[in-house]
Order: sequence, then structure tokens, then C-alpha cells
Amino acid sequence: MRTGEAVAGSVVRNATEAWARLAAFGWLFGLALAWIAVIVIAAGLADLLPLPSPTDMDMLARREAPSFAHWLGTDRLGRDMLARLVYGARISLTVAILAPLIGLLIGGALGILAGYFRGGLETLVVGGVDVLLAFPPLVLALAVMAYLGQTLANLTYIIGILSIPAFTRVARAATLSVAKREFILAARAMGATELRILLRELLPNVILPLLAFFLLAVAVTIVVEGALSFLGLGVPPPAPSWGGMIGEGRESLETAPRIAFLPALFMFLTVLSFNIVGDTLRATTDPRQGAA
Amino acid sequence: MTDSASDTAQQTGTPTDAPSLLSVEDLVVEYVLGGKTVHAVSGVSFALGRGETLGLVGESGCGKSTLARALLRLTQARSGRVLFDGVDLATLRGPALRALRRRLQIIFQDPIASLNPRRRVADLIAEPLRIAGITDAVERRRRILDVLAAVGLDAELALGRFAHEFSGGQCQRLCIARALILEPELIVCDEPVSALDVSIRAQIINLLEAMKARYGLTLLFIAHDLAVVKAVSDRVAVMYLGKLVEIAPTERLFRSPGHPYTALLLQAIPRPDPEAPLPERLSVGEPPSPLAPPSGCRFRTRCPRAATRCGEQEPTLREIAPDQFVACHFPLGRDLSNGGAAP
Amino acid sequence: MAVASQRAPAAGPAATALLRLEDVAVELPSPRGVLRAVDGVSLELEAGRTLGIVGESGSGKTMLSRAIARLLPRGAKLSGRVDFDGQTLSALGPEALRRLRGRALAFIFQDPMTSLNPVLSIGSQLIETLREHLGLETPKAQRRAVELLGEVGIPSPEQRLKHYPHQFSGGMRQRVAIAIALSCEPKLLIADEPTTALDVTVQAQILDLLAREQRQRRMAMILITHDLGVVAGRTDEVAVMYAGRVVERAPTRRLFRGMRMPYTEALIAAIPELEAPPHTPLKAIAGLPPDPTRRSPGCAFAPRCPRSAARCREAAPPLAGDGQHQFACWNPLGPSA
Repeated sequence: MRTGEAVAGSVVRNATEAWARLAAFGWLFGLALAWIAVIVIAAGLADLLPLPSPTDMDMLARREAPSFAHWLGTDRLGRDMLARLVYGARISLTVAILAPLIGLLIGGALGILAGYFRGGLETLVVGGVDVLLAFPPLVLALAVMAYLGQTLANLTYIIGILSIPAFTRVARAATLSVAKREFILAARAMGATELRILLRELLPNVILPLLAFFLLAVAVTIVVEGALSFLGLGVPPPAPSWGGMIGEGRESLETAPRIAFLPALFMFLTVLSFNIVGDTLRATTDPRQGAA
Repeated sequence: MTDSASDTAQQTGTPTDAPSLLSVEDLVVEYVLGGKTVHAVSGVSFALGRGETLGLVGESGCGKSTLARALLRLTQARSGRVLFDGVDLATLRGPALRALRRRLQIIFQDPIASLNPRRRVADLIAEPLRIAGITDAVERRRRILDVLAAVGLDAELALGRFAHEFSGGQCQRLCIARALILEPELIVCDEPVSALDVSIRAQIINLLEAMKARYGLTLLFIAHDLAVVKAVSDRVAVMYLGKLVEIAPTERLFRSPGHPYTALLLQAIPRPDPEAPLPERLSVGEPPSPLAPPSGCRFRTRCPRAATRCGEQEPTLREIAPDQFVACHFPLGRDLSNGGAAP
Repeated sequence: MAVASQRAPAAGPAATALLRLEDVAVELPSPRGVLRAVDGVSLELEAGRTLGIVGESGSGKTMLSRAIARLLPRGAKLSGRVDFDGQTLSALGPEALRRLRGRALAFIFQDPMTSLNPVLSIGSQLIETLREHLGLETPKAQRRAVELLGEVGIPSPEQRLKHYPHQFSGGMRQRVAIAIALSCEPKLLIADEPTTALDVTVQAQILDLLAREQRQRRMAMILITHDLGVVAGRTDEVAVMYAGRVVERAPTRRLFRGMRMPYTEALIAAIPELEAPPHTPLKAIAGLPPDPTRRSPGCAFAPRCPRSAARCREAAPPLAGDGQHQFACWNPLGPSA
């Protein structure tokens, strides 16, 4: 039986191993991870931070340069830029994380089942997903938003549903390649039920590529939401969102380009960070599985 | 037809009167590849007595791996019966089949691929115990330590690691440990040493023999290397293109093979002796595809002794010497001039 | 007639060797540190002779063959000197090396399925080689391609020119790979485990083919394998590798009649004997091959050697012996083992 010492020792060993592995990913990865952490924490704790309200207009202080009162200046309606960026992050990230999550859970499950059981189920799933892909995504999103109302929730649902086919494809491909390996056959030979094989043998091997794809999907969703909001078709005002802020900043490009530039910069850095983290994760899953 | 199949199975079984542990009757396994039917196993019958090791030899495409999987019902057989300890495996479903799997295990060719790369060794070895419903953690641990010691691995070093941290030979030891932990009666070894280095091969073969003695196992040892098969088997069966062409006690098969294909295999083995003559003029061509096996005797396209009869009538396994069964119209050691009839 | 009895004329002075390696070493980066895959190998090979290189996985035999042709993976560091056909390869630029490969120096790999381009017909692969290296016009190249396919034993070569690799069986694909390798009349053919992936009956045919072509063209050949049975009848000399070094080297007959290095003997002993009765325990070599990222100062085989002494763990023995039979062992087996 393990003593407390042995347990503590192994915890320390595991932690140092994990740290060493993280460090091996490089400084770029670290930076990206740090940026994401900062944005997520700021967005999450926005209410607790000493920020001015993002919707308070001050017509006397319009398009002001950065000052002590407003760290990043104000926009064309006198609203504090920093506050709007932080609250905008909240909106962007909410959609960006929840929508792909829908795709991951539904699409991932469908893909895994299709790839594992093959046959009729696979044909059904693949066919259904193809039907979904046939809809022009932007038009469908606009139609849904127009019909059901332009709310944050509806936006999240429709983007999430539109991301299902991609997740199904990735999950199915990963499942196909894992399911034909001998350890799956060995588990069956041991008398494991199919459910057990799916959860204990298949899932741990498929989850990493899915997770890597999820992070890339988050990056894409930020841009999609941004584009819709830029067009005025995403999150309705006065709620701040990065895309909307870029759109509003258009008319101030000559006098105060900062108003459009800052949200664009934030969006760019966030998307880049998610891409880097997702890509690094994807790169590590492949050689690990083929390691001799 | 079933009667003669089970007769053959019984006949080619052990000479003792004890009922066979495994009895295969006229097993047929086919699958569809790109619209065409692959005749992987075409009517194979044999029996395996308790405590014996039957070697199954054949080259690629002969169906031996498909046969191994069909025995464990990992692949669907089209027809034929597999009786394990008298029970027809096809009649079992769900929990009964899973219960039977404990007594009948398999080891695969690629040891590293047979282990889940995302789980630690302790989990991998414990898995059969968990599936069998052994919930007592203390009991599980005892069994794990026991079996790891039996296969010659240091439990302290091994348990916390992942499969990819081990060499091929060590992984195969892990697979053997995993197969042994429920103390099965029969283990099907599907090319267990083919992927290993020569020096490690010898270790694993010795290990299998030791485990067989320790656990009282019955083994079906499948390989393409005749020398390896000879080292472990009591009897040897030779497969060609889905058919069993010869089955005989080991010494007999190697000293006086009955089927021309067996003789061809023996001749082709490279001998580590520079003075040994090189095989002369081995049969031309290569094995035909299992998509379109030749009519009659499937070996006739490569057989130096082929006659018209071989293309018209398929030979069945006949006893040409005590306990030696050969499926050939003109077996070796027979006089060709009187049509291959018994002298 | 066995190949071994038909030898090229006895070795002349070393200066006429077709291939000479001097202290060749290959270092590879790996997640666990620098891996010394080849650790100072020196060899010569005369024109027209066959050298067998025997070793298990991790012995460095494949990396050595790649080092000769300078086909190393990215990040690999090569040191030492390779002289081929009078030229020092390290002095050649990439263009000159490229011209050499495929022409004077040909390769055959283990898996013909991956060494042939699956989307090109074998005819176009053959013809491309002929045009590129010999500068033949297409119709001439086509005729020569048909001839070559016939020489390697492919039936109906005119029709099969248009076929794709997946339409051939393993043995046939290897024959095609051999045809491509031989198409430009190479002076040296390096065959890296050419028959390991093939069935034993096909193996013998392919080895016969290689031997026949080698004799007819007076080509030098390096046959890399892990199977001592393959080298026994078909090579003039054998070099045994372990942990990146050559540990024994001798003319084939001499090696099998009297090996000096315990590893060589253990390797042969570990093969199940066809003449022994069933259930004879095999003489396995205990332990595992050494970790190439962690080199010990002594002989790499010492931990597994039944004859190891204290001296063996302190310093690695150099490759020494009389001119023909060399071995690296402090405590070798007797001359009449």
C-alpha cells in the first residue's frame, strides 16, 4: 500500500513532469496561454473590477485620448473604452466558448458513435450532417436571428448548431483510426461491453484531437461573432462586443482610429492565442501516439 | 457433411480419448472487400486437446489470423462450428459469451498496438479483473503483482508507466500478463513473436513455454516461421489459402512432410549455415489471391506434382500415416505411378 | 551453385576498395537526448563483393546505410569519411550527390508499398529513372523498361508497365523496386531488409534474383538484415553490428565456423534450430538492447554477456584482429568455438 510519502512524492514527480512538458512547448505557447488567461479572468471578474460602466455616455468627453480617468480613452459616445473592451470580451468569449461546446458535445458524440458502430448509424449521421452543411451558414444564421429574435442566446445556439458537422467529421475520423487498432480488439477479446470500450478505451484516445479542434473552433467563432456584430446582426446594442465596437469605430477612423483599432487588436490577439494553443495541442497528439 | 467434419475434427485431435478442449468443424469465414468476396477461411476442421500446443503455420493470405479471430468470435463466421469445452460458441450471447471469454484469451502480433497508449500499466493489467467483476482492490493488486512477477517484469518500475515507454519485448510480456491474469484455459497466440527481434523472440518463446507449464495452458500458436513453430508445438497444422493442407505431430511433419506445400516451406527456410545448399528452383509464382482461389486443390498452380485430377477434384484430409493427415491426391512419400493410391 | 562459392577475385590493396567508411558516426536528436545511432564505423567493400550487415533493431544498421548515401533525416549529424568510387562524398555538393544516387549507388528498401509512388504507374516510375539518369529518349526508355521487368521475373512485362503498385503482390512490388534500382547499372546496391516483409517462399526467390543480378553485373552489394540465415549462404563477408558499432567482421564462412564475439554466438544460438526436437528451451540472450541515449563507457554488450569481466565494463574494446577476421571483444571465444 502506498504511504503518504510515496503519494506526495509521486504528486511532486507528476507536477514536475507536467511543468517540464509545458515548458517544452515554447515561449510562444506560454504567451498565448497567458493572454487567454488574462482575457478570461478579466471578462469573468468584470463586475468586480474598478471599471466605469461600459454603457455610461458622457457627451462632454467624446473621443478622448487615453487619460487617468479613461485608461484607453473614450469612444464616439463618451463611453470608456477599456470597460467596453472588457465587457465585450465577456460577450465574445461567452459565444465563442459555448457555441463550439454545443458542437463538441453533440457533433463529437455523433461522430464517435458513427465511426465506432459504422453501418446504418454511420450512413444516417453522415447524411444528416451533410444536409446541415448544405445550408448556407450566414443566411441561416440571419434567418434564425430575424425570426426568433436577436439575442445572445439565439446567436449562441445557431452558431453552435452550425459547428456540429465539423466536429462530427473530426470525431469520426479520429474514431475510425483508433477503432481499428489492436488494443480495441484486445478489449473486446477480454469480454468488455461496447459501452465500456467506448468510454474507457476509445474516448481517452479521441478526446485530445477533439479538444485541439475545439480550441481552433473557438478562434473561428470569435471572428464569426465579430463579423455578425460588425454588420449589426449579432449582439444588439448597447451591449458591447468587439465586432460591434469595430463597426462603430468606422466613422471615427480619421479623428480617433484607436476606437476601431483597439477592439480589432484585442480580437486579433485572442484569436491568435487560441490558434497557437490549439495548434500546439494538435501537434502533440500525433507523435505521442506513434511513439516507439 | 457436418458429421464428416466433426469426424475429421475428432480424428485430427489428440490420440487420447479425452474430449478436446477446442473443436473446430468446417469453419468458413468470408468477407467482402470492394464488392468481391474474400474466401479467408474455407472449411477448416481440427481439434485441440487439453494441455497441448498446436502450431498453425502459413504464409500471408492463408487465413490464419482470420481463423484466430473467428475462434474468439471477434469476426463473424459464415458457417461451421466452434466448440469450446463442448459448448458451441455461436449459441452464446452477451453475458454468457463474456463469461466464456475469461477462459479463452488471445495475444496479438503487435504488442505495442495491443495496449491502450493513454492508460497506465496498472490499469491495463487490471482491466480483465475489472471486467470480470473482481471489485476487491487488494485482491486485484495481489493478482497483478503475481502475474507481473511470473512474466519477469519489475512491478515497481512497470505499474506507473505507459505502454510506449517499454520495448516491444516488454510490451509483449505485458500482453501475456494481461492474458494470464484470469487464468484462462486456452490462449490463441497470433504471431506473438514475429514483430520482435531475434534475441527477444527467444525470451518470449521460453516465457510462453514456462507459462504454459505454470498455468496448465492449452495453446494455439500461429506463426509463419516454421522454426519458431517447431520449438513450441506438439502438433503442427499447415494452412494454404484458407484450407488446412496438413496436420501432423511436429517431428513427423518436419522429418517427412506429406504435403508438397509443407515441403516447399521447409525448403525455403534460410539456414544459418553457409555450407547448407541454397534452395534450388523453388516453385514459380506467388500465392494466388484469396479473392479467386484455384479450382480443385488450391495449391496446384504452384505444385510441381500437379496433375489434371488436382484441378478437378478438391482433396480432403486423409490419414496417410499414424496421426498424419494430408489433403493431397499425391502426397509425398507415395508412389506417383499408381495414382497416389496407398501402397 | 551457391553464391558463396563464386567469389569475386581476392581483395586487392585497400586503396582499390569501391566503398570505404572511416569512423562514420550519426547523431540524431531525440526527446530524451542525443542518440548516437552509429558510433564510429569503419568498413571497406571491394567491387563485386557482397557484404552482409546483421543487427537487431537499434543496432544502427539502417542509419549506417542511410549515412552512406547521405539520406539522413533532418537534424541528423554525420561525421567521419565516406569514399565511394574514388570520390569523397562529404566533398560533393547536393547536385553531384543527387546524380550519384540512383545511378552509381542504388537503394532497395524494406517495404515496397511505401517505396513506390502509389499514384504513378510502375512504367512511368521506371522510365522516369531511365530518362533522368541515363538520358534515354522515351521510346528507348520504354523498351529498356520492358527488358528490365522481364529480367526481374515479372510476367507479361509490356502489359504490366501500365499497372500501379497496388495491383502487384508484395513480392512483385519488390521485384519492381529492384528493377528500378538496377536500371542504371549501379556499382553498389544497398538492400535494406529487402525480404523481411515478404513470405518465406517469396523471400528465397527475391534473394536468388538479387544474387543472380549481382553476379551478372559484377555489382557490389550490401545486404542489411536481422536474419543470420539470409546472410549465411549469400554473402562474401558479414559485419555484425550492436549498439551502433561493428562488433565482428569476417568472411562469411569463417564467421560461421568460428565466431569470436559472444554476441554473434548468442545471436545464432537464439535462433530455434530446425533440427532440435520440439520444446527444447531456447538459449535466449538475457536483458535488453542498450538505451542509445545513455552510453556506458565499457562494451555495450557487457550487461548481457555471459563472458563479461570487470575490464569489459571499464573500456570499450576496439575492433581488432587479423586482417580478415576482426572483432571487438576483450574476452573473445576461442578460435575453434
